[in-house]
Amino acid sequence: MADSETAVAVHPPGLQHHFDDSAQQLESSTLGMWVFLVTEIMFFGGMFASYTIYRNLFPEAFASTSHYMNVTIGAINTGVLICSSLTMVLAVRAAQLGRKNAIILFLVLTLILGLVFLSLKYVEYHEKWEDHHIPGPGFQYADPRYFHQAQILFYLYFAMTGMHAIHMIVGAGLLCTLIGMAVRNRFSAEWYTPVEMIGLYWHFVDIVWIFLFPLLYLIGHTS
Amino acid sequence: MTHQVVSVKTYVAVFLALIALTITTVAVSKLELGEYNFVCAMTIAVIKASLVFWFFMDLRRSSSMTRLFAGAGIFWLAIMLFFTLSDYFSRGWLGLSKWW
Repeated sequence: MADSETAVAVHPPGLQHHFDDSAQQLESSTLGMWVFLVTEIMFFGGMFASYTIYRNLFPEAFASTSHYMNVTIGAINTGVLICSSLTMVLAVRAAQLGRKNAIILFLVLTLILGLVFLSLKYVEYHEKWEDHHIPGPGFQYADPRYFHQAQILFYLYFAMTGMHAIHMIVGAGLLCTLIGMAVRNRFSAEWYTPVEMIGLYWHFVDIVWIFLFPLLYLIGHTS
Repeated sequence: MTHQVVSVKTYVAVFLALIALTITTVAVSKLELGEYNFVCAMTIAVIKASLVFWFFMDLRRSSSMTRLFAGAGIFWLAIMLFFTLSDYFSRGWLGLSKWW
């Protein structure tokens, strides 16, 4: 502790005073972010559980509704999200190296890919709207046997993809904030915690889609 | 800072693996495998999710504490799914009148 004066002199930017050093601060942020993501895992887990219960309760209706899922858009959107995860991880890497322009470039690319995903989601929802497949008073279904069961399954489809889309919209807002911070030179190789934390969030939302895509679009359309 | 920077090559390799697995899962879903369609799709999804957790979310270089928390999330999810579904799926095994 003899060189405590030097320690003050090299106080890293962004280090809050209740932490010993930047490593401890980053560790705390990472752990906190993971705790939040665990609550998200449980939140989406509940919807996955109800989906599985209803899929097994109404197997015939499920086989019938799964024909109305747009596999092409679903598959393209999976690719788009995987690309956005790559650009996100490259943005974090650029932040670690302190390359400001690269951070902005990769964050903007991630944002664009996120918006492409949401636009394709809009096209898909619009299709469902045109087909009167939105659960509620206006609901129509070609096979009268499954009128009620199909509504439950479409409700689950909208609840799960809708909740995922809301997470994407929140993610897009967070990316805008990050881009603004990067433009204002807030990040350096010593402190880029927000980029890394929002990166974790973005990848988590990608993981949710990795499970949603096969469960909603791929299972059942052969049977 | 505390972490060595990972090479772009590693990230691109993981990305290509994820794209390849997506194509595989779509291709496999076109085959008539009965119950195995579900098993294959879920196996591929778990592999993809693990790649994202391990490389993109950097669990492979995270502290044991962070890994413990991530693992606890998965474990509690497993508890929820296992006990909820074992209840629903075993109803009717005793041949009593329908419950719904």
